[in-house]
Amino acid sequence: MLLAVIRRQGIDIPALCHHEAIEPTGNCRLCTVEITRENWGGWKKYVTSCLYPVEEGLIVNTHSEPVMQIRRTILDLQLANCPNAELIQELAAEYGIHETSYEKQPEGDNCIMCYACTRICEVLGCSAISPVNRGHDKVISGPFGEAPPDCIGCLACAQICPTDVIPWSDKDGVRTIWDKKFDLVACKKCGKTIITREFADFLIERRKLPREYFNICDDCKRQELADKMGGIISQAEEAAL
Amino acid sequence: MRIDSIDKLNRWREECRDNLGAHKKKIMVCLGPGCLAGGSDEILEEFIKVVSDRKIKGVSVEAVKKTGCHGLCARGPLVVIEPEGIFYSKVKKAHVADIVDKTVVKGELIDKLLYADETSGEKIVDYRKIPFYARQKKIALRNVGQIDPDSLEDYVARDGYAALARVLTGMKPQEVIDAVTASGLRGRGGGGFPAGRKWATCAKIDSDVRYVLCNGDEGDPGAFMDRCIMEGDPHTVLEGMIICAYAVGSGQGYIYVREEYPLAVINLQKAIEAARECGLLGENILGTGFSFDIGISRGGGAFVCGESSALMKSVAGEIGEPRAKYIRSVVRGLHDKPTVLNNVESYANVPVIIDRGAEWFASIGTEKSTGTKAFSLAGKVNNTGLIEVPMGITLREIIYDIGGGIQGGREFKAVQTGGPSGGCLPAEKLDLSVDFDTLTEAGSMMGSGGMIVMDDRTCMVDVARYFLKFLVDESCGKCVPCREGLFQLHRMCERICEGRAEEKDLAIMRDLSEVIHRASLCGLGQSGPNPFLSTVMYFEDEYLAHIRDRKCPGKVCRELITYDINDKCTGCLACISVCPVDAITGEKKKKHVLNQDLCTKCGSCYAVCTYDAIDIE
Repeated sequence: MLLAVIRRQGIDIPALCHHEAIEPTGNCRLCTVEITRENWGGWKKYVTSCLYPVEEGLIVNTHSEPVMQIRRTILDLQLANCPNAELIQELAAEYGIHETSYEKQPEGDNCIMCYACTRICEVLGCSAISPVNRGHDKVISGPFGEAPPDCIGCLACAQICPTDVIPWSDKDGVRTIWDKKFDLVACKKCGKTIITREFADFLIERRKLPREYFNICDDCKRQELADKMGGIISQAEEAAL
Repeated sequence: MRIDSIDKLNRWREECRDNLGAHKKKIMVCLGPGCLAGGSDEILEEFIKVVSDRKIKGVSVEAVKKTGCHGLCARGPLVVIEPEGIFYSKVKKAHVADIVDKTVVKGELIDKLLYADETSGEKIVDYRKIPFYARQKKIALRNVGQIDPDSLEDYVARDGYAALARVLTGMKPQEVIDAVTASGLRGRGGGGFPAGRKWATCAKIDSDVRYVLCNGDEGDPGAFMDRCIMEGDPHTVLEGMIICAYAVGSGQGYIYVREEYPLAVINLQKAIEAARECGLLGENILGTGFSFDIGISRGGGAFVCGESSALMKSVAGEIGEPRAKYIRSVVRGLHDKPTVLNNVESYANVPVIIDRGAEWFASIGTEKSTGTKAFSLAGKVNNTGLIEVPMGITLREIIYDIGGGIQGGREFKAVQTGGPSGGCLPAEKLDLSVDFDTLTEAGSMMGSGGMIVMDDRTCMVDVARYFLKFLVDESCGKCVPCREGLFQLHRMCERICEGRAEEKDLAIMRDLSEVIHRASLCGLGQSGPNPFLSTVMYFEDEYLAHIRDRKCPGKVCRELITYDINDKCTGCLACISVCPVDAITGEKKKKHVLNQDLCTKCGSCYAVCTYDAIDIE
């Protein structure tokens, strides 16, 4: 897509809903650019570069005044919607907006509705959460506003979220996310928690991992390997002597 | 009975015509949405009961027919006695016995049920002579109100499936596409894209599967044209779709109907089953070897699902959100296959184009907008109802000649066309030609055909506020300019209505509108600011009156008006009895007094006062 080419050229344009791991959807509109062609007679079109296919002969302007106006207005609107989201505050400031021109939403929760969480959840094969309702009432949620039955507690949604708005916690061997609680599997060696039981089962089944894969944590696995290697080396040294 | 050859279809058509018999008496009861709301289903039952009780020679129960929308909803419930076309309006159950005994048996007219002309008061018997009907030209609506929608025989008798027979036996797919292209038919759903070009593109793409979809998701407030076609003449939609399927090479189609149109769903389902049973749909249609089937996909009534890519997602069972259409849905549509999507009314035109020829169709209307357009005429016009007019007719002709002018002799202020994404046109635009390009140039649009007439008691800021609220609620919420932009635009409009806005807000609103238009993902967002833009273009004075003078010239916006009682008050107590907050006090035959501190400006007193004694300032 056009965005990849633009970035490869070292041109910086913002894109909040874009992520290499997921299909683009064009929610945030910040990567909008102006396109035209020699034979368009001066006619211009505004397209989201994350979705527009690269074509021979396309003339792209990434920072024309109408494009900047679009980005400023969108950031201004997002600032009204999520006044406390740091990422939005910083980006808006870059575009010269320090205070929104619109009515601030007191109930704003910093969600910019980029769908990154629902898309990554789909890519992983769970589709546990999705956008629900319409218009300004749209929220990301499990079915019927309840804890999503298909959630495996993998945290992919929380990690991909650009405004860090999905709350979760690991406490006393229990992970909580989307109002759902998961038992964490503990390392049989050091006792450190590794992964939720559901996520472990999911990976064992879908990625065909051996059942004992999550018995011990990655650190202990490394330690074991190091010990083994050390043993081999000392044996070799002994043999050499 | 399976119709497995064209000959068999033609023979059956003769039988159907004989059974119907043009000379025979028929009592046509309108069961369109308006008449149904007035209780026409009970009237139909009563007719069946009375006719079977009376045992009249030559008039059997079969003579009583239910039809789809006859058109003049303002005068419903409607009953028409054929073949004379005797038009009875505002019929009640109690009139039924009289109609049968006098009109059907003796041929006498019932004067009080006849249509009286608005101005002259002259009674008109034959509905075809009533100006409302006389000025119309019906192509897409040719059968609506004239046949029983449940009867395939009725449809066949009126040349139903004749176009399909001709296409399947005598025309190559490319010839069908050429005919539709030559007719100049443009999409009736609002976009106005040439149907022939769409079909041609779809046919050309190399693919094993192609789909034909019908958009029955009519969602504009006040629009009911497609509903009336689906309810009143479902077979024409099927025939149009089958012809399209043959032209583009498709084996499967779907009609997307909103769940809020239960009767449309039922009638379409019945029609599909009847057509399948007769071999007009499904495997080996009419014994020609061509196969095509149609399924119904019911929508939840989201306005945005009328947008092509959202509709296709909804049909596929996904969330009804639009996608960017840099690759058009005709190339990659339903299940990523090439898909033709046309609106109900577009398909309803197709059989007639084939039957009567592309040249005939192209001779109607204007050069670039051929044929006719169905409108649902609503609002403050006398003759509200369903109409179909040739393109190029003026707004004035529609509103004054067909619509019979403004209710209560009041002054015309604006007409809203094109639904929420359309715009409002003022009195000086009344002589505009109604066609795709002229309406767009004037800042409104054809849209799917909703037409809402407004009188001088309308506040244009309030109208913009209303339509913006509709769009805020109906935006899918996926992209920022539409979700947040329309939300803020509506908020600012509200502030103007409440007298809390400043003049600089108008400039912010204009800038915001431009960005929403340019940056939104789909058509809903891109045209979303139109309610504001078109009203501020023609009625900027009204916006300024709200902002500068804190006055609402239309006397609608609650925060900016006050009610009071003038000297015309006769002391009838009517307003006192309706005031919900007891703000009006007084005695019988003495002028009443309104307490401004208590008044909530609900307007109840104004509505009940028959002495013009309530002032709004």
